[in-house]
This record gives sequence, structure tokens and C-alpha cells, in this order.
Amino acid sequence: MALKIVKGSIDRMFDKNLQDLVRGIRNHKEDEAKYISTCIDEIKQELKQDNIAVKANAVCKLTYLQMLGYDVSWAAFNIVEVMSSSKFTYKRIGYLAASQCFHESTDVIMLTTNQIRKDLSSPNQYDTGVALTGLSCFVTPDLARDLANDIMTLMSHTKPYIRKKAVLIMYKVFLKYPESLRPAFPRLKEKLEDPDPGVQSAAVNVICELARRNPKNYLSLAPLFFKLMTSSTNNWVLIKIIKLFGALTPLEPRLGKKLIEPLTNLIHSTSAMSLLYECVNTVIAVLISLSSGMPNHSASIQVSLRSIQHYLGLLAMSKILKTHPKSVQSHKDLILQCLDDKDESIRLRALDLLYGMVSKKNLMEIVKKLMLHVDKAEGTTYRDELLTKIIDICSQSNYQYITNFEWYISILVELTRLEGTRHGHLIASQMLDVAIRVKAIRAFAVAQMATLLDNAHLLTGNTQRNGICEVLYAAAWICGEFSEHLEDPLSTLEAMLRPKVATLPGHIQAVYVQNAAKLFATVLRGQEGAPADRTVAQETSQLLIDRLPLFVQSANLEVQERASCILQLVKYIQKLQQKDVEVAEEVTALFAGELNPVAPKAQKKVPVPEGLDLDAWINEPPSESESEDEGRKPKGKAVFAKEESKHTKPRYTEVDEKELAKRREVRKAEQANNPFYIKASPSSQKVYQDGVGVEHIPVVQIDLSVPLKVPGMPMSDQYVKLEEERRQKDKADKKKKDKKKRREKGEKGRRRKGDSGPESEEDITPAHMVDITTEEMPENALPSDDDEKDPNDPHKKSSKHKKKKQKKEKEEKEKKKKKKHHHHHHHSDGAGDESVQNGNVEEEEPLPVSNQSSSIYSMCDIQGNLQDGSQVVVSVIFENKCDSFIKAMEFNVLDSLNSKLQRPEGAGPHDGLTVPFQLPPGISNEARFVFSVQSIVMPQKLKGTLTFIVKTDDSSTHEKLDFKLHFTCTSYLITTPCYSDAYAKLLESGDLKGSSLKLEGVSQPFHHLLARICFHHHFSVVERIGSCASMYSRSIQGHHVCLLVKTADQTVSIDAKCDEPGLLGNVLDEIKLTFSQC
Amino acid sequence: MIKAILIFNNHGKPRLSKFYEHYSEDTEQQIIRETFHLVSKRDENVCNFLEGGMLIGGSENKLIYRHYATLYFVFCVDSSESELGILDLIQVFVETLDKCFENVCELDLIFHVDKVHNILAEMVMGGMVLETNMNEIITQVDAQNKMEKSEFSSFFSLYRRLSFSLPGRTGRHRLVLQVPLLVPCLP
Repeated sequence: MALKIVKGSIDRMFDKNLQDLVRGIRNHKEDEAKYISTCIDEIKQELKQDNIAVKANAVCKLTYLQMLGYDVSWAAFNIVEVMSSSKFTYKRIGYLAASQCFHESTDVIMLTTNQIRKDLSSPNQYDTGVALTGLSCFVTPDLARDLANDIMTLMSHTKPYIRKKAVLIMYKVFLKYPESLRPAFPRLKEKLEDPDPGVQSAAVNVICELARRNPKNYLSLAPLFFKLMTSSTNNWVLIKIIKLFGALTPLEPRLGKKLIEPLTNLIHSTSAMSLLYECVNTVIAVLISLSSGMPNHSASIQVSLRSIQHYLGLLAMSKILKTHPKSVQSHKDLILQCLDDKDESIRLRALDLLYGMVSKKNLMEIVKKLMLHVDKAEGTTYRDELLTKIIDICSQSNYQYITNFEWYISILVELTRLEGTRHGHLIASQMLDVAIRVKAIRAFAVAQMATLLDNAHLLTGNTQRNGICEVLYAAAWICGEFSEHLEDPLSTLEAMLRPKVATLPGHIQAVYVQNAAKLFATVLRGQEGAPADRTVAQETSQLLIDRLPLFVQSANLEVQERASCILQLVKYIQKLQQKDVEVAEEVTALFAGELNPVAPKAQKKVPVPEGLDLDAWINEPPSESESEDEGRKPKGKAVFAKEESKHTKPRYTEVDEKELAKRREVRKAEQANNPFYIKASPSSQKVYQDGVGVEHIPVVQIDLSVPLKVPGMPMSDQYVKLEEERRQKDKADKKKKDKKKRREKGEKGRRRKGDSGPESEEDITPAHMVDITTEEMPENALPSDDDEKDPNDPHKKSSKHKKKKQKKEKEEKEKKKKKKHHHHHHHSDGAGDESVQNGNVEEEEPLPVSNQSSSIYSMCDIQGNLQDGSQVVVSVIFENKCDSFIKAMEFNVLDSLNSKLQRPEGAGPHDGLTVPFQLPPGISNEARFVFSVQSIVMPQKLKGTLTFIVKTDDSSTHEKLDFKLHFTCTSYLITTPCYSDAYAKLLESGDLKGSSLKLEGVSQPFHHLLARICFHHHFSVVERIGSCASMYSRSIQGHHVCLLVKTADQTVSIDAKCDEPGLLGNVLDEIKLTFSQC
Repeated sequence: MIKAILIFNNHGKPRLSKFYEHYSEDTEQQIIRETFHLVSKRDENVCNFLEGGMLIGGSENKLIYRHYATLYFVFCVDSSESELGILDLIQVFVETLDKCFENVCELDLIFHVDKVHNILAEMVMGGMVLETNMNEIITQVDAQNKMEKSEFSSFFSLYRRLSFSLPGRTGRHRLVLQVPLLVPCLP
């Protein structure tokens, strides 16, 4: 019996140990998860054994698996068993496992209290050490409370090894059980003077951590630390102490004076960079607290700063900057150089520094350099960061540093040239803000904006959803609101009513329409002033009447409503004009009154009307939908208290998009849980972007060699030069002006009074009288003192909002590579009632229209869109087969759950799409329609109608044509070339599932057969050997489809593999159909 | 405070992970992946500091790392630690490993992760630096290993020694993994 036990344990000794496990995992790279799961089963068996050595071995392996991400909490009890082994070896394994996977909610932890207590008082110092180490990782409030006393005793243990661990763990105990701090603190303080440097260092560590949370309470220890600092040689301890002093000096300025000397000594004597850096950092803190700068010291600091790695140097500079801006400003060039650094951490730090460095004097220069960087910058994120920084820098402290707003406006205009930026909103809000608040600049701004509007096509270009078109919102508003400054309002009006405008986002169009009306009023006034121009005035009205219907048809409700209102108004005006009535005065009256900016706190100042209780329910809330009401309640409140002034900050789309995305998520989740819903199969979401063959697709590079410059725009650089010249001139007669300017400055309104640049800045006179309009407050505003101190500067706030990531829209149009194999028109004779089955592309019935001889013939080609996995483009060729003119064609399809015709924004789900052309007799033309498709696994048929008007010489009739669109599965495939090695890899990967097909009696030559498959089913031949060929294709959602085609004796066998069996089955059925028809 | 210590290789395979705050296993893996992603795309000659990733810490924390041959040593720390001090600490850690394993290479870390944990435990405890003196660390580690050996019979210890010496010497990627960590990158 005894022999058996011994034998058993020897056997077990040769069980898999940790090294075997690691080696096993490395040898099973292909099926790692499977191998590990068998290992876990083995471990479970081992844990059931009585032998502690086996258990410890198992726990050791579990610790490794935990690192790989496997949950091992199920073995918590076994870990406790191993922890309580009497052998140190096993105990250590147990505590290590516990420290890796125990946490506060592990329930077996409460079983460990006594075991840990026993280990803490063990005669073996390493038992105690291991227990302390483990405990430091999983200490809970209960353990802390129960063991605090034991640990406190250990702080005076005879062995320094135990003392230092006990001291260190006290911090964790304090965190979990704060009551222990008071009784333990005297002993902790004692340990600062422990003879052992390790214990000392531990005590310093703990006290520094404590002091970081609450520095005030530890001021009394300063003399002790001071002594340590001058006596200790341990760099780590010194660093900690010096860091602590850095936190203490702001609280006790006298400390700072004392520190300077020993710190400078250290700076000169130490060779450790880390210590040097911390010394410098603390000296900076000291200098800040002393407030009276010591020029000698700061000089030596800067020398040492430059030698330190850039990143930390920059970090330190940002601290100096807060109090000694001048000493940092002399390093401007160095910091600007950092912008060129390869390292993004450094570039971003440098940008932060620049923000604080600008003054009236150097703003233009710095921004000019930044603009250069904007041009050079690669990667939109960094460029966007630069853009926001430029705007932040310029707009900080209420435009404190801008002396020439013309320059600023032209900078903003230059920034609009950035392609693909997300910050159109930000630029737009700056333009609005400046134009509204700086009255003197309005004439200039309006002229610039007019040019911008005139060149709107350059901004919107081919990427119409580009964020930059937001600036057109600002441009249109400025031109309309301040139209009296326009030189040629008529041409601006014309620019605002171009048909191209209809492609802009709805909220911008709305602003266009509204401001077109304002412009109209201005134009009328100008024209009626000169009586000879009556007819011209009428022509202007006619222009509006001609163009506005475009907007009346808009899908956007806001645009539609404004446009129809204004259209009616203009029609009325035209009638009056025809009667020779002067209307200009009255029309202008519509837009009378100036819109002033509203202070951000204005809304808060509106007193709540008496007797209005905003918290009271209007109706008793229905008990069930509580969650919904909660959402509504704060909103109602916000109307009076929290809302910001909105009119200058357009961000409708942002909110909409987010909201939509959220709803989409909710809906998807709902659908997923609804058994009656056809779900998108999970694999269809796999996108094999980096899969096989993508790199072989030829991508056409679009070369935009023409720089995007808006013609006729003054460049900001000119202003820099002008400014230089002006300053030179100013210097000459400075003395005279000086006094005067000062007086003017005083009148500039309360906001400007706060300006307190360095003295030299006073010399720089603004280019023109800048008067920043103070913001409007409600008449019955509640007086309050904290008005000026408000930290939420409106600019800061708005810029933060604008940073919200807005998804970059895909530039679909230009990228779409359409390989249109427009299958020959098979129709031989007029009626053409053969339904053209060109393989995959089923098209639709060329239905001859019933009673009339006229007929429209249509055929279509369905192509997946490679760029977007859920889009299919249907190209339809319409041919007019009759002798009459066909117009007003409207194409409509009944959406199914799976496929939807993409309609323009705002259109209802049943609205038809207007075909954008008319057909004279015998002419054909092509139109494209985009469908969004969710699942591409099944083929499907969509029913649709085409309505049109047939116009003959004397009459016109409405006609209707029903058709069916057949989306076959092959129409979702895209011919994708694939190389044989990639193909082989794909087959090997094992992700694909197989299926096969046999075709009997096919007499075609093999290459014809292959050509047919290629042509009709969008495959490409990978390799062909004799009577055997491999073929490949890819679906728009990235499924791979592989075929192996073999032929012998008029029999063709096709073995196929695909990662989506459903799709494959349907594709094979379609191939079969193709061959059965021939 | 040190929030986490991670060691992973040039391909992001974790070789050691020590979190001083509790995260679920999945989060831990995400943190390792994210950290690898952040660190690995940086050039060799840029600075060793990174302002933390999304998962671990946010703005308060920093990633401080060093790259030795095939391994990245990453410490995630909060503002109370000195950046350069931690860089020194990483160097001490690697030098200690080098002494304990004799020309430490990735392979040693792969097969003896438990030993690495034991060494680390003598340097950092519960996220606080315990000891920075290399000799002291090595003395303690050796003393504990000696104790471990004395606990086993001669047969058992022979077996264990056998099993320690075996692995690694026959690995497929032996050559790469046996690149000593310390020599090439010593600053």
C-alpha cells in the first residue's frame, strides 16, 4: 500500500509542469485554444488529487494561463489550499497565484485571514515576506482591519527585510482601512530614521504617497525630510523627497528659500539625470512660490533644461511658463523646432507650450509658422490638432492678442483650404463670432465671405459631405446679415441661388435661403433708390422666383418651409412692383434690428417667472415609462438655466448623426432578439479587408496637382509684412500717439480692461480700432458678482464641442470603380420582349406598354459596390422605342426588409426617384440607383414601377410600367484577381466550408465554360491546368468564394468553398441555371 | 504608484503581466494589446514616455517603457513617480534578471515566468518600489531559491534541476529568442 502511494507520487512528478505546458502551447500554435482546454481539464484532475505537490504544480500552471487571459477564478479554493502548505516552495506558488487573480469580490478571501496571520508570525522571514507581498496585491478592507495590528508589530521586526515590507504595505492598509493611519503614524515616522536604508526608503515612499493626497498634514515633517535630503545618498529616496518638497513649497513659502541652496548643490553634483530633472522641477516650483523670480537661478535652470530629453524639458517649461513667461519666450525658436520632431508626444507638448507663449508681438509670426506646418503636416489628426491650436491661440482670452482682425479673417479663410478637416464647424463659429463682435471688421469680412460664396464649388468640390462646407453656413449668414457692406449684393445673391447649392447639407441650405431673402431686401433698396432701375428690381424678383422652387422641392423640411415662405413673399412683392409700388422700405423692415451676441451666462440670468415651479409635474407621470421621463426632465429645466446661446453655433447635423447612430444600435439589438426578423448572418459582418487579393486591385490615384486656392483672396502673409511696416512707422511717431491710445484703450469696454500684457506690449497699437462688442444680457438679468470670473469662456467651450469626432464621410463617388460590362443590347426588333438574361444580371422586363405603340425599353446591370459592403449599384439603361418624347420618368421600388433603395435625405420610404433626364424618340440613356442591402446570402426580387409621361404633339399621357429587379447572389460578387499562393493559403486556412455541383451533358469546350463562369458570375481564373481550373471571387461583404472546376466526358464537376455556405449554395444554383439554359 | 508592469515581445505576446489594480482577464488582455499597439509603432530613437492609453488610467497615468532586443518592458505609473526614475528602475530590473539568469534572453522569460515574478516581488510590492539596490535584490532571491532547494529530497531536486535545464534549448525560434536582452541596447 505504502509502495503504491510512493509510486503514485513519483508518477505524478512526471506530470506536465509549467515548462511542459509552455512548450506544449508553443508546439500547438494552430489549435492553441483546444490544446489549452485539454490542459485545463488535466489541471482540474490534478487539483482533485490529495498530493500537495501536484496541486501546487497545477496552480503554477494556472497562473501562467491567467496571464494569457484565461479566467482561473474557479480554482480560488485550491489556491488557498496551496497557500496554506507548510513548504515555502508551495506557499510561494500559492501566494503568487492569489496575487494575480484574487480581488475584493473573491469570496474565499475571507478564509485566508488566519492563514495569513499565521504566516506573518512565522519564524521563517521568507514565509512572512511572501505573505506580505501577496497581501499587498489583494488586501481587502476586512483583511486590512483584521491584520493591521499584526503588520504594525512587524514594522519593528528585527529583520530589516521584514521591516521594509511591513512599512510599505501599511500604505495599502491605510487605503483600505483609514482608521489605522492615526495609531500607525508615529511608528511610520520613526522608520524615517531607521538604520537600514531600505526601510528608510520604504517609509519615505509611503509618506510621499500619503502627502500627495493631502500635503498640508505633512508640513510638520519637513525638517526631518530636509535632514534626509542632505544626508541620504540613495537617489530613489532623494527623488521622492524632492518631489515631496515640490508639493510642499506652495504651502509654505519659507521652505522654498531654504531649499534653493541644497537643490542647486545637488544639481551641480549629481550625475543621475533622473535626480537632476526632479531637482530642476522642484526649483521651478520653489521659484513659482517665491513669486519674485531669481534671474540667476533661472538662467542655470534653462541650461540644464536643454540638456534633458526634449519631452521632459518641454513638460518643465510649461510649468515655468505659468509664472515666468518671459524666460520661456526666449526659447521660442527651440520650441518651434520641436514642431518638426518625429515624435508626436513632443510635437503635441510643443503645441501646448505655444499656446501660452503668444503675445501681441509674436502672434502673427507664430501663426505663420504654424500655417507652414499645416501645409506640411501628414495625417489628418495632427493637422486637425494644428488647426484647433491655431484657432485656440488666436481666440484665447477674448482675442486679447489679435491686433489686426483683417489678418485673422484671412487666416480663417486660408484654413478653409484644408481638405478633409473635421473642424469646419470651428472655423465657421470663429468667423461668425469675429464678424458679429468686431464691428470694424464687418466690411472686410463680408467681402471675404462673398468671395468664398462665389467660389463655393472649390470648397465643396467632389467631396460634398466634407466638414469644411460648414464655413459656407457662416459665410452665407454673414453676407446676409451685414449685406449693407456688400459691394455687389446682386452677384452674391446670384451665387447663393446656384443650383449647386442644393447639394449642400440641409441646415446650410436653410441659411442660404433665409439670407438670400436678406440680400434681396438690400438689393431692392439699392435699386429703388435709382428710379430708372425699376425694371432691374423686377428682374431681381424674377431671379428669386426662378431659383427658389429648387429649394421648395428640397427634402429638408426647414429648407422647404423657408423657401416656400420666401417664394410667396417675393411673388407678392413682384405684383406690387408691377404696380409701381415702392416696397424696399417694407422689405428691409422684415430684417430690421441687429443681432447681438448673447453672453453665455445670459440665459442663467433670466429670472424664473413667479409662480412657475419647474420641478412640478404638469401631469402625473405614468409610472411605467419612468426612464423616459427622467430623460425629459432635465431638458425642461435647461430652457431656463443651462442652455447656451445657440444661434451662433450650428451643430444640428452632429446631434442628428449621433442620435441616429444610437437609434440604429438600439434597433439592431431589437432585431437580433426578434425571432421573426431576418437577421444578417454573423459571418456576413466579417470583413476581409486585408484578405486575399486586395493588394492586386488596381487603385487609380487621383492627382490633385492644382492647389486649392480661392482666387482673389488676400493672403495672410501680406498682413505680416504690412504689420511690420506699420510697426516701424508707428515707432516713429509713437510718443505722440501713446497717450491718446491709452485713453482709447480705456474705452474699449470692460472685457478689454483685463488685458495686462507685459509692458512692452503696450507699444503695439492695433491696426484699426477694434471694438469687441460686449455680449447682450437679458434686461431683467439678476445681478451677480462672479460674472467676470466665469471659467467657461465661450470660445473654449465651443471649441471643445467642435472637436467631437465627426466621422469622415466616404468619398464614394470618385472612387467607385465601376466595371460595367454593359452587355450588348440583345434586342433585335422594336418590341424587344425577350427578357434579357445576361447571366448574373437579371434585368427587367422590357415591357411594352399596353395599348400604346410607344414603349420604353430598359435593361439593367447590378453591381456590388466594393467600397461599401452594403451597397449595390444598379445601372439601368432606358431606351425610348416609340416615336414620342418621354419625360418625367420616376423610378420607384418597393423596399423589402433586406434591400432598400437609397433615397435622398429626407425623402419618405415610398417616394420615387426622378430619373435625371428625358428621352427623345430612339435615344437611350443610363441612370444609376443605389440600393442598400443587409444580407447578401439570399437572392431576392424587388418589385418596382416606372412612371413617365409620353408627350405627343397634341397630348401627353401618364404611363406606368411594372418591373421586377432580380438581385441574384452572383450580383453581390465582384471579380477580384487572386494569386495562386494567396489562394492556396486561403484554402488551407480552414475557414471555408465546401459544397459541390455536377453538371451533366455539357458539350462546350472547357475554355468557353470558364469564360461563361467568369462573365456571368464574376469569377476570375486563378490557375488552369489541363481540364482543371481554380477560380476565385469575392463578395461585397468580403466573403471569399473559391471554385475548382473539372471536366471529363461532358460532365463538369465543380467543388466550391466559401465562408458563407448559404451564399455558396445560391451561387452554385445560379451557375447551374446558367448552364441549363444553354 | 505603479499601476501595472507589462513585458511583451516584438509581436505583442505577453511574457509577464502584473497589475496592481484589479481588472477582469479580458480587460487585462485588452490593455496589453492596446499598450503594445501604442508602444510598438514608436521609433527607436524617440522618447520613452507616452501619455497613457484609453484603458489604463487616462490623463493621470503615463506609460514609461524600454525596448531591449526582443522585449518591451512597460511600466504604467501615475504622476507621483519620477519618469526618469522609473526608466532607471527598468534598467535595474533587467540587469537583475540578467544576473539571475546569466545572459537573460526572451526564452528565459518564456519558460520561467514564475521566477521572474519572484524577482519582481523583491523590487516592487503592491505598486510601490520596495528595493532599488540590485545586490540586495539578488541576495534575497538567492536565499529564497536556496531554501526551496533544501526543502526537497536529493531525487526531487535532481528532477527539478533537470527540468529547468531542459526547456528552451530545443526551440524552433531559439536563435531569435536567445538574443541577450542587455548587450545591444545598453545606453
